[in-house]
Amino acid sequence: MSGGLYSMQSKDFDKTLDLTSVKPYGDTMNDGKIQLSFTLPVPAGDEAIEAAKQLIKKMGLDNPQVVFYKELMPGFTFFNCYGSCTHTVDYSTIYVPKVESGVMDMHETDTFIREQIGRKLVIVGASTGTDAHTVGIDAIMNMKGYAGHYGLERYEMIEAFNLGSQVPNDEFIARAIELKADALLVSQTVTQKDVHIKNLVELVELLEAEGLRDKMILVCGGPRLSHELAKELGYDAGFGMNSYADDVASYIAQEFAKRASIK
Amino acid sequence: MQSKLGLDFKRVEHARGVAGKIAADVQGFVEGYTTVAVERTLCRLAGIDGVDESQVPLPNVVVDFIKERGVLGEGVLFHIGNAMVATGLSPQVIAEKLSAGQLDITRLPLAPADKINEAVMKIAAESIKIIKSRRERREEYLKTLGEGKRPYLYVIVATGNIYEDVIQAEAAARQGADIIAVIRTTGQSLLDYVPFGATTEGFGGTYATQENFRIMRSALDKTGEELGRYIRLCNYCSGLCMPEIAVMGALEGLDVMLNDALYGILFRDINMQRTMVDQFFSRVINGFAGVIINTGEDNYLTTADAFEEAHTVLASDLINEQLALLAGLPQQQMGLGHAFEMDPDLENGFIYELAQAQMTREIFPDAPLKYMPPTKFMTGNIFKGHIQDALFNMVGIWTGQGIQLLGMPTEAIHTPFMSDRYLSIENAKYIFSNMRSIGEEMEFREGGIARSRAAEVLNKSIETLEKIEKEGLFSALEKGMFGDVKRPRNGGKGLDGVAPKGGNYMNPFINLMLGGK
Repeated sequence: MSGGLYSMQSKDFDKTLDLTSVKPYGDTMNDGKIQLSFTLPVPAGDEAIEAAKQLIKKMGLDNPQVVFYKELMPGFTFFNCYGSCTHTVDYSTIYVPKVESGVMDMHETDTFIREQIGRKLVIVGASTGTDAHTVGIDAIMNMKGYAGHYGLERYEMIEAFNLGSQVPNDEFIARAIELKADALLVSQTVTQKDVHIKNLVELVELLEAEGLRDKMILVCGGPRLSHELAKELGYDAGFGMNSYADDVASYIAQEFAKRASIK
Repeated sequence: MQSKLGLDFKRVEHARGVAGKIAADVQGFVEGYTTVAVERTLCRLAGIDGVDESQVPLPNVVVDFIKERGVLGEGVLFHIGNAMVATGLSPQVIAEKLSAGQLDITRLPLAPADKINEAVMKIAAESIKIIKSRRERREEYLKTLGEGKRPYLYVIVATGNIYEDVIQAEAAARQGADIIAVIRTTGQSLLDYVPFGATTEGFGGTYATQENFRIMRSALDKTGEELGRYIRLCNYCSGLCMPEIAVMGALEGLDVMLNDALYGILFRDINMQRTMVDQFFSRVINGFAGVIINTGEDNYLTTADAFEEAHTVLASDLINEQLALLAGLPQQQMGLGHAFEMDPDLENGFIYELAQAQMTREIFPDAPLKYMPPTKFMTGNIFKGHIQDALFNMVGIWTGQGIQLLGMPTEAIHTPFMSDRYLSIENAKYIFSNMRSIGEEMEFREGGIARSRAAEVLNKSIETLEKIEKEGLFSALEKGMFGDVKRPRNGGKGLDGVAPKGGNYMNPFINLMLGGK
């Protein structure tokens, strides 16, 4: 079934890179190669393979190849496939909103806070709602940090309070008031059925109802979150995958200084 | 036994002795108290089930009733036994009448103690019989159908819908899974009741209910019979309903239960006094029902560093072993937890993991150790993740682990797809077969990395145990000695459900279950 292997067929398409019409790259510019795997709820067999190929074509891929399939249980078949994408995107006109502060390391951020703000910033974080995962908030806040990036607890100029997991939004706000928080960090790991969206929105609504929304910098983070989504939900910033304490701390420090200078 | 790592078993015995004293100290506290969860468990053992018109489970209705009247410490069986003598009704009818406001079981004339006792022992004998027959049913299946080789392949299903879970579980069993764990919905551990009936909505998991247990057990029995291999079912008796879920599992023939108070204290902020009392009764039930418990030490390494804090895992395993023994749970049912969680960038990390897994194996030779896959350093790069899981599987077969919780390449992305489970099972089966006898072939060089690592972890865990013994376990937990997490003795969830036992308190199940084997 892997008949495309060592193919000698000539590649008669334009092999120059054009950023206004970008497509996937396998081993030749503009070959459009994509690998994909999925399961169809049908028994294994020639009909199943044909169904997979037709589906791949409908996804906009030419020359669909099923290179492996296996019936996982009667009536469910798993496929590994390849195809060549016919679609392109215009990379040259893409605009993605981002957290626009520069990223400083721990010492730079400490120095920045000491010089520009002159007191410690209080940051309160939690994994809120029913979310029991502490991995995200711990990676940002725990002394040790994650992947070589020290956590907020280690910063000299940050008072960090990690409230842990499954903190209800109202309790989170009550603690934030008690601790005189300058910034709130909300971590959301479980995203099944968009439970994180409901929870994140509820926090914003509660803060607005209490008249607190403008008094604190509100930041959320998690593997399925982006800055764009965070802004849409009413947050000041959002941090997704591959963000560390450095990113969060330097954003909060700079945003706090900016707001103080406007007041 | 000859240690392949040159472990000093005298030091191990010393560690066990210290852990034994820590456990005995906790047990001294536990025996003076009962909790709302323990009392609800006794309601269920008395045959009380079902919900009232607002979906409140009847065991909650009964226990809240006596709690509100300030007599929780006298226990539910004393009041129900007395009501049985006074009214001649069954516990279920008594609970229904109480719920309807037609009967106040705290204001009935007091029958003589021996009459109450007789009534209670009669209903106790019935539920003991059901649990025993469930246990025998499993033993019969294991004899006639047989089971998979160890390490058992353990996979999770977590769709939120019990009927969808059944499809996923069946697929996994057909591919070779030996244990199916139905992950609970996020947040269930903090509910102070167990929901009723079949459920089809959950987040990141499916509600543990007695009906859901029944649905999955019967599906696995059917598949197991067809495959000629008994498929074990796992759920979670941790959180605020530890003993209650243990008894539901015992009644419905579950085989494996997560069951660890320390986990609840550290990672769910459950009050330590509450959960230690709950844990004892839940382990008595699991022990009697022939259920393998899994402990949650692996989780320490998701918050603390896996290399630096390895000794806390061993220390906690030793304490958990002693607490389990006090509850009559034999070593053969102790799935003590540990994990493959070191940073993949750590040079020689594989050797350290191998050393620790071998060390754990040698220290608990009879326990079906529960070995957890990498989770903390799974990144979303499914291709690398699959290799991390392969290394984990190599350590598992090499060191003869009991239960291998298969890692999924898509860990950190989503709850497993049917195909993720297939890829993981294929990975494990390939490695387990291809490397089956590697552990018997290989030795660890004297003075080498592995031997030194094992000795170091053992020594550090003895230091930790000695510190905990001096402090007491509760105080050690307050100081954050496990997983870098600190918890106050009077903080956390569920403390208001704890009461000192009164003069009339009775729970005959402890004796029946501890002596009834």
